Amino acid sequence: MEHIAVWVAAFLTLGIVSFLYKDNPWYKLSESIFVGISAGYWFVVLFWDNVHGKFWTGVFPPEEYDAAGNVITKDPDWMLWIGALLGILMLARLVPKFGWISRWPLAFIVGSTAGLYLINYFSSNMMRQVQGTIMPLFGMWQTDPATGEVMFQAFSTYDVVGNLVILIGTFTGLVYFFFSKEHRGVFGATAKVGIFFLMITFGASFGYTVMSRMSLLIGRVDFLFGTWLGLIK
Amino acid sequence: MRRRHSRHILLFHLFLFCLFLVTSSAIHAQSETPADTAAVDTAKVQIEPPTSVVVTDHKYDDADALELTWVPSVNDRVPGGKVVGYTVFRSINEREFEPLQELLPGSNFYLDESLYRDTLYSYYVMAYSRNDSARSVATEPVSPQREWLHVDRAWLFVIALLISISVFYFISAAKKGEDLFIRKIAGLEAVDEAIGRATEMGRPILYIPGILDMDDVQTLAAITILGHVSRTVADYDIHVRMPVSRSLVMTAARETIKASYQTAGRPDAYNDDMVQYVTDEQFGYVAAVDGIMVREKPATVFLLGAFFAESLILAETGNSINAIQIAGTARPAQLPFFIAACDFTLIGEELFAASAYLSGEPKQLGSLKGQDVGKFVAMVVIIIGVVAVTLGQAFDVAFMQEIFDALTYVFSTQ
Repeated sequence: MEHIAVWVAAFLTLGIVSFLYKDNPWYKLSESIFVGISAGYWFVVLFWDNVHGKFWTGVFPPEEYDAAGNVITKDPDWMLWIGALLGILMLARLVPKFGWISRWPLAFIVGSTAGLYLINYFSSNMMRQVQGTIMPLFGMWQTDPATGEVMFQAFSTYDVVGNLVILIGTFTGLVYFFFSKEHRGVFGATAKVGIFFLMITFGASFGYTVMSRMSLLIGRVDFLFGTWLGLIK
Repeated sequence: MRRRHSRHILLFHLFLFCLFLVTSSAIHAQSETPADTAAVDTAKVQIEPPTSVVVTDHKYDDADALELTWVPSVNDRVPGGKVVGYTVFRSINEREFEPLQELLPGSNFYLDESLYRDTLYSYYVMAYSRNDSARSVATEPVSPQREWLHVDRAWLFVIALLISISVFYFISAAKKGEDLFIRKIAGLEAVDEAIGRATEMGRPILYIPGILDMDDVQTLAAITILGHVSRTVADYDIHVRMPVSRSLVMTAARETIKASYQTAGRPDAYNDDMVQYVTDEQFGYVAAVDGIMVREKPATVFLLGAFFAESLILAETGNSINAIQIAGTARPAQLPFFIAACDFTLIGEELFAASAYLSGEPKQLGSLKGQDVGKFVAMVVIIIGVVAVTLGQAFDVAFMQEIFDALTYVFSTQ
């Protein structure tokens, strides 16, 4: 059975790869199987994870036993009914006359999401970024571990350059994303420095990500030539 | 006669010797046995238990953690101590204690997480050596508590409040008709041009809102921009295709496009099939979208939202069919691919600014201007902070150092 599964997987892998040549019936078949099976798979996963795993076992908690064999009773989590009610309201779309009701759970999701993430993003993207950027550029007072004497120690050239890159990159990046002023004159030049920093960052990120994608390709090639054809031992 | 006498004396001495041996061994046995046992007990290494075991509530959580502290065993506080570890025991709702966690010697703290509110927890700590153990007194049963306010984040609240006030101020100003300036964003200037191209070529527009659900702000931004795009599409009577990978996104997108068609006065032209659910599976979705691209050859492709490894696959396929591509995401790892393969790219914050820019609605414009106030504050604070700490450190100026300490305190978040 496993042997057949490997052949089916290889057939479908090559079918998807054949898209590199052009759209063809083999690709269409593989695409349809991929989409159909994955849609069904996700339906089952989401049903058992959410409807059964969270809602049903939360509202009707099953009996559990401790090490001594005593029954642990859990109180039903009635708050889950709110989520269930919102989920049922989504199904109102199936009846055109009451379709408008489905906007309420959508509004709830959008509103609660915005509120929840506001503090997280504000904390990580602003507060911590500002705090991390404020630092001495050229050196600081430190205790010499050998003598115990407190003295000013200049940073190495490497550290000074690194600190300047963080400071200038963050500041000019903020200038670039400042939408209330036209990018002209000194402000425009500063914004241009900011976009240079962004592009250099993207270039480095591009190379890094391409290398990680190579590992995905290597994984498939290893499957085809190793698991399937047995050419790689 | 003398020889017989000497033999008796010898036998008598032997008897006395044997008697001495038996008696002394008996006496020795009586006197020595407890001493031997004591010696064995000493080898067993008796240890003292941990003391002062205290359980307290873990601050600023959702009532799901307790902190346990104790003073380590006396035998763990001397060099070469005999304690080799600790075991924390826990009782739930005053039932039997069960071992919870093993800890290394020297430990005096344990954070018990994933607990439940309204449940009683009691603990004791057992120190153990290689062949002995000693347990502390059990704590009184306690329940984790939750706090309404995270006091350590007071400054976060204050700064967020100031920015929120500025947002409300600008919204109010926009509603009064005040002209709020927003600079041009290159990618957005091209939106109408790209839609016009699709009209001229008589080909559809493909709109991809990323692969995350409605609980992601990038998807929300993509749906907001969809509102503007679909209004223009309705005006020009172009076909729009929108395959999605999340059912909630499908619902939200259908509502948005439907509202746009109604606003344009063409509700009859709207069709639910414009938005099509494909699959939640990342690469299954990509395979389907790639297929749609090469078969329907859309003139314009919008890739706006949260993207992952599929970003380059989609952008390259769109590029291969010579479509005008406008992309935007806030994911730094995917932006390079969009910049390389698309005609216009909205970088990070520009994606969120786009909806305000396109709609021109007072609420969104005010929100964008309020965020600019936040960025201005950040720029000023960074400059003041860096100058203060650099000069404060270089010239040992206490005043400058105090400014740095104050800024670090205000912007620190736990």
